[in-house]
Amino acid sequence: MLNQIIFGYFAVTMISLALIVITRKNIMHSIVYMLILFFHIAGLYLFLNAEFLAAIQIIVYAGAIMVLFLFVIMLLNLREELRKSRFAITWPIGAIFVVLSAVMIIISVFGNRFANVGNVKISDIEKVGHTVAVGKLLFVEYLFPFEVASLILLVAIVGAIVLAKKEIK
Amino acid sequence: MELLWEISIIVIKIVVVVSVVMFHVAYATYFERKVIGRMQMRMGPKEVGPLGILQPVADGIKSFFKEDIIPLNSDKPVFYLAPVISIMAAMSALAVIPFFDGFIISNINLGILFILAMSSLGAYGIVLAGWASNSKYAFLGGLRSAAQVISYEVSLGLSLVGVMLLAGSFNLNDIVEAQSSSVFGFYAIPQILGFFVFIVSAVAETNRPPFDLPEAESELVAGYFAEYSGFRFALFMAAEYIGMIIMSSLAVLCFLGGWTVPYYVLYLFPFLGAVPGVVWFILKLYACIFFYYWIRATLPRFRYDQLMALGWKLLIPLSLLNILITGIAKLII
Amino acid sequence: MLNEPGTYLPVGYLPILIFLGFSFVFGLGSLVFGLLLRPRRPYAEKLSPYESGIAPEGEPRQKFSVKYYIIAILFVVFDVEAVFLYPWAVAFDMIGLYGFVEMVLFIFILVIGYVYAWRKEAFVWD
Repeated sequence: MLNQIIFGYFAVTMISLALIVITRKNIMHSIVYMLILFFHIAGLYLFLNAEFLAAIQIIVYAGAIMVLFLFVIMLLNLREELRKSRFAITWPIGAIFVVLSAVMIIISVFGNRFANVGNVKISDIEKVGHTVAVGKLLFVEYLFPFEVASLILLVAIVGAIVLAKKEIK
Repeated sequence: MELLWEISIIVIKIVVVVSVVMFHVAYATYFERKVIGRMQMRMGPKEVGPLGILQPVADGIKSFFKEDIIPLNSDKPVFYLAPVISIMAAMSALAVIPFFDGFIISNINLGILFILAMSSLGAYGIVLAGWASNSKYAFLGGLRSAAQVISYEVSLGLSLVGVMLLAGSFNLNDIVEAQSSSVFGFYAIPQILGFFVFIVSAVAETNRPPFDLPEAESELVAGYFAEYSGFRFALFMAAEYIGMIIMSSLAVLCFLGGWTVPYYVLYLFPFLGAVPGVVWFILKLYACIFFYYWIRATLPRFRYDQLMALGWKLLIPLSLLNILITGIAKLII
Repeated sequence: MLNEPGTYLPVGYLPILIFLGFSFVFGLGSLVFGLLLRPRRPYAEKLSPYESGIAPEGEPRQKFSVKYYIIAILFVVFDVEAVFLYPWAVAFDMIGLYGFVEMVLFIFILVIGYVYAWRKEAFVWD
C-alpha cells in the first residue's frame, strides 16, 4: 500500500514537472524544474532496487547533459522564448506528429504485456550489490553493445569538433 | 512510532554534523587568514577578541546585517535560488562521510558516487548565479567557472577509479577497511599517481587558489558572485569551504587511511592504538586543509589557457594511465 | 533487505532525503532570517550592476567562444566513460582478464577521439 502511494506521488509529480518544464517561457526556470525532475527519476530507480542507475541518473543527466544544455542556452543567449512567426510556421506538422505519437502511446498502453523475466534475480543483486551485478552483466553478457557505446562516444567527439571547426581553425 | 524515533535520531545526527562542520567553516576562514598572514610575514586578524579569535563571529553577524542588494533586471527567482543550490550540493555530500568507525549518517553502498554527483551539481549554483545577476563580470565568471568545474570533474572521477579497483567498493567505510588491511596501510603510496591527480582536481573543483579564476579578484572582481551581498554571499563562501572540507575528507578516506593508523606504525608505537579514530581523522583533515592554505600562499594564479591545458592534456592521460597500471597490477597479484 | 519491486523501500536512503530537505531549509531559512534583520534602502545607482563604477553598457550576456561548447561535449563523453569505469572497477574481481581487455579496447577507441580533439586544438585557448 505504502509503495503504491509513493509510486503515485512520483508518477503525478514527474508528469506535472515535465509539463511545467515545457511550458516555462524562461529557459533557466525550465532547467531548474528539470533538475527536480531528474531527482524524482533517481528516486524512482531507488525503489526498483537499482541504486547504481539512480546515481548515474544524477551524474550523467543532471551533472553532465544538463550542463551541456546550459552552455548551449548561454551560447544562444536566449532569455525569453522567442515568439516569431518563422519558429511557429511548422506547427501543423508538429501537431500531426503529436497526434500520431499519442495514438502510438495509447495502442501500446492497451497492448501492454510483461516482458520476459531476465536471468538476474533480486537475490543475486542482494548477494553482490547492484553495481557489481550491473558490471558483471555489462562486461560479460553485453560485451558487444558496450564496445559499440565507445564508438558512439567517438562519433560525438568528432562530430562536435567538425561542427565547430570553422571557429577553432 | 519506531519510524518517528529513527527519523529523530537521523535529524539529531544531521544537526550535530552540520553544526560541527559550520563551526569548522567559520574557523577555517580565521585560520586561513592567520596562516596566510604568517606566511606573508603579517599578523592576520588580531583585533576582535584575544588573538582575533572572535573574528569569524563578527564576520557572521555582519553578513546578517548587511543590506541585500538585488541588481535591476536580474532574474529574481533564479537569483534567490542559486546560493541555496550551492549550499545544498555542498552540504548534502556530508551525509555519506564516515567521520570515525561506525559514525555515518547514511551508510549507502554508493558513497563515492553520491559525493561525485553532488559536486557535479555545484556547477549549477555557479552558472545560475552568473546568469541571473545580469552583470558582465558575473556572467563571465560563471561561464569560466562552469567550464573549469566540468573539466576537472572528469579527472576527479577518473582518479578515484584506482581506489575503487583496489577496494572493490564505493562505500567509504569499506574503502577505509580495505586500506587498513592492505600492504602499505593506506592507498596514497600504491595510488601515488591517482593521489596527485586527485589533489590537483580537488583544488580546481572547489575553485580554490591557484585555480580560483572564477573569482579572480584582480580581473573579474569576484566572478559569479560579484552581485551577491550580505548573507547570500556568505552562503556561497560557506559552500566553498564546505566543499573544501568534503574534498579533504575524501582525500583522507580514500588515500590516507581515514580514521585508521597503518599497522606497522602501531607495531612500532603501540601506545598510539589508544588514540581514538576520530582524532586521527581530524588531524589528517586539518593537514589537508592546511595544504590548501599553503598552496594558496605559495603559488600564483594559473592563466585560463594553462588551467584548461593542465586539466585536459595532463591530468586525464595521467589518470587513465593510473587505471591501466592499477588494473595490470591487480591482474598479476 | 532487498525485496521484489513493488514492496521494496530504500530505507537506507531516508537519511539522504532528510539531509537534502534539511540543507534546503538551512539555505532558505538563513536567507529569510536575514531578511528580517537587514536594512533595505534601494536606489537606482545601488541596484545597477557593478561595472567598475561607470554606468553599465550593452548587453550583459555576450556571445562567447564556441570552445566552451566543445569542452562541454567532451566533458559529457568523458563523464560517460567514467560512468562505465565505475562498475568495471568494483566488479573487477569477477570479470578478471576478460573485462580488463574489454576495457582497454573501450578506452583505446575513446583515446582516438581524444587524440583527434588534441590535434584539432580543442584544448588550446587563446
